[in-house]
Amino acid sequence: MTRRLSRRNFLISGGALVVSFRLPSAFAQGPGFTAPAYDLDSFLAIRPDGSVTLSTSHVDCGTGILTAYRQIAAEELGIPVERFSMVEGDTAATPNHGGTGGSTGVPRGGADIRHAAATARQALLQLAATRLNCDTAELTIDKGEVRPAAGGKGVTVASLIGGRQFNLKVDSKVALKSPSTYTVVGKPILRSDVPAKSTGRHVYVQDHAVPGMLHGRVLRPPTIGAKLLSVDESSIKAIPGVRVVRIESFLGVVAPDEWAAIRAARELKAAWSDAAAAAPFATADLASAMGSAPGTEEQTILDQGDTTAALATASKKVEAAYYWPFQSHASLSPCCAIADVKDSGTTIWSSTQDTYGLRGLVAKQLGTPPAKVRVVYLDGSGSYGSNGAYDAAADAVLLSRAVGKPVRLQWMRHDEHGWDPKGPAQLLQVAGGLDKDGNLIAFESKVTGAPGPAWVETLLGPGSAGVLSDPPRAGGPPTTQNLETPYALPNMRVSSRALAATPIRISNLRAPGKIGNTFASEGLIDELAFAAGMDPVAFRRRGLKDPRALAVIDRAAAMIGWQRRPAHSAQESKEASGALKGQGFAYIRYKQAETYVAMAMNVAVDRATGKIAVRHIACAHDCGLIINPDGLRNQVEGNILQTLSRTLHEEVTFAENRVTSTDWASYPILRFPEAPVVEVALIDHTEVSAWGAGEAASAPVAAALANAVFDATGVRLRTAPFTAARLKAAFA
Amino acid sequence: MPSYELNVNHRAVTVDSWDPDQPLLYVLRNSLSLHGTKFGCGLGQCGACTVLVDGKPTFSCLLPVQRAAGRSITTIEGLGTPDQPTAVQAAFIAEQAAQCGYCTSGMVVRATALLEANPHPTAEQAKEGLAPNLCRCGTHTRIVNAVMRAAASPASKA
Repeated sequence: MTRRLSRRNFLISGGALVVSFRLPSAFAQGPGFTAPAYDLDSFLAIRPDGSVTLSTSHVDCGTGILTAYRQIAAEELGIPVERFSMVEGDTAATPNHGGTGGSTGVPRGGADIRHAAATARQALLQLAATRLNCDTAELTIDKGEVRPAAGGKGVTVASLIGGRQFNLKVDSKVALKSPSTYTVVGKPILRSDVPAKSTGRHVYVQDHAVPGMLHGRVLRPPTIGAKLLSVDESSIKAIPGVRVVRIESFLGVVAPDEWAAIRAARELKAAWSDAAAAAPFATADLASAMGSAPGTEEQTILDQGDTTAALATASKKVEAAYYWPFQSHASLSPCCAIADVKDSGTTIWSSTQDTYGLRGLVAKQLGTPPAKVRVVYLDGSGSYGSNGAYDAAADAVLLSRAVGKPVRLQWMRHDEHGWDPKGPAQLLQVAGGLDKDGNLIAFESKVTGAPGPAWVETLLGPGSAGVLSDPPRAGGPPTTQNLETPYALPNMRVSSRALAATPIRISNLRAPGKIGNTFASEGLIDELAFAAGMDPVAFRRRGLKDPRALAVIDRAAAMIGWQRRPAHSAQESKEASGALKGQGFAYIRYKQAETYVAMAMNVAVDRATGKIAVRHIACAHDCGLIINPDGLRNQVEGNILQTLSRTLHEEVTFAENRVTSTDWASYPILRFPEAPVVEVALIDHTEVSAWGAGEAASAPVAAALANAVFDATGVRLRTAPFTAARLKAAFA
Repeated sequence: MPSYELNVNHRAVTVDSWDPDQPLLYVLRNSLSLHGTKFGCGLGQCGACTVLVDGKPTFSCLLPVQRAAGRSITTIEGLGTPDQPTAVQAAFIAEQAAQCGYCTSGMVVRATALLEANPHPTAEQAKEGLAPNLCRCGTHTRIVNAVMRAAASPASKA
């Protein structure tokens, strides 16, 4: 995900203890927080025909962000949104505005575009004032024409600047249009990519071809770290046109025919060493082993009051350990990249979320200046963070350089599931205390997990080929965002501990750390509400004053038809089938400082089979100003259903030094029959700037579901995923 | 090199394949440049490669070209176009039933077959019918809504 100035890298950069848990206000405020000294012409070009091209290093990835950008620019400029087109993520054509990720597309990228468009608007007003011999204050821009607000003849923006450059810097203090006058922002403009996607015409990186291109596949070792000993090329002699590429322990094949490359990779016989020194590990050990595994000292991130004393003297104390597993990005397409390595320069087509970041990695891999590498973004299947796209690009570069031709490299399913860098496992140890009146007086939480992402130095192919020799950077401690409780209380301590090593490479996976953290923090709150004999929604409301927080909570509760009662009504309520009915709730403010989300769920649990049927999910969502309500709703729905999948089903499994969950059978995700009714209420606040929505609604899903299962059954789920086998064992 | 006669999108074509077991998916994508059909797993687990073979939804990643010979194959390109979408495709567009869209071709093809067999499914029937196909972005609600919209449309014969 974002590697320049993203909040999470901002927090882990420097490797020092980060005390500032709440974000600098400038980060939280949205527009204006970047200090754009960008050239206006790098963002925005008005053509002689009056059409406008916007350029950005931010990329769509299927989120619809490009549509939001067009709306933001159209709004400020007064030019119809249909006239806008986008150039995204081409290091030869778009300036570096940062990578895409961390739910910063709208608050950061959108703010940059808004300021650029507003700067252009002022320039156009001045040009028109000169042309029309009047004052800029008398002018307005409407439908691509600058004209007197009072009426009269105007001039088109094309005639003022079409085809020419502004030669201006983006003005970070430029006057912005008042959101109260918006006519384009806030409208559910349809995405321009959906017709092509619905008719099979959209061009993905998987569909791109260059002349003379060969098809490549890679062969990974049977265990992590194994060395290649020998290759028996005679084993594939019957397959036409195949060339084997071996660079130290990197092994690949190329062929003019894709099926030949696939079969060759499948059938090529190679001998590998036993696994390298890494200690054996297994999924089953992980949850219990993490607590005592070697790592850094515990780092206190937040400490208020005297939590230890308050817990010791609390009338009621609840302690629990929660566990969130390793998970895969599990992109629907295995990653793909096309590389054309030439002495004169290298070109790569990739679905990376950060073209400039990838350019730097490839330049390092090739030992050439970044200026001799061009990375062009093309959509892939959704990536939801740093999936295998970087590794696939590096593989393609190795193959293309070795054979002197452009190579399209696509991973197979087992490559993607087996080798994409994973979202890290987390052990979450939490405790809370109540006074004799059931008031929350103490909250303590600690996350233990793999050190923060430092995966970029450990690209698979170059690592095997001995090309990148830098040792991996030490990562920072696991994030504690959303591991604190948002409810008012006198004593709270939040801490983080990084393990010395991770059994597999990790990277950011959607809402990194926040789903597990919220699972524990909002799970514990539910446990405390039960201990207090209080309704869980009422228990939460009591600790909040922020009207926006209360508004989302009340809305979600109303949408689901929340039945006020002390937490847990196990086995009182059944469906006709005998399944136990329950309701669950969770609330977060994303990263403590951004989007507000409340989520309520109705579930039915079959004790005999252990199967959870989620019937209805209600979500109230407030991210401030809404740019495109349908695009936003699509993101919120996607957050919910993807995280429901992660919560119900997903866990990367291991045996010794290899991943064993290497297909959709061993790593199942949500299928249609399980998809519940999802109802989303969007609360618009035009008076405040927009936060991101690409992650926030993910965070409360696991907690709300676990709380609903408790309500139905009296069984508290503290380890994800909530598989039928795990539930059956819990009921036994 | 052996060649095979197929009927793809109502057009007779002859394709060469050095391997009679080459899956239809690669023939469509690489010999016929029909890129709408996607590789997802090669295992028949995800449905991204779904095409109609004699009207039945089929994983093209598992069907050897020699067994596709002589049969009538419809890919996503054989349905509508952006300018003239079928009722199912129009419903996907109206519902904005995509994020990354990588699964969409397979979804549209399966939904087309589903409505052919059952023109007025319940939402539960639609979900059961779509069960072989995976969506990773979490657009299930919209896809089901699109199927229901197409079923309700006057031109529901896709």
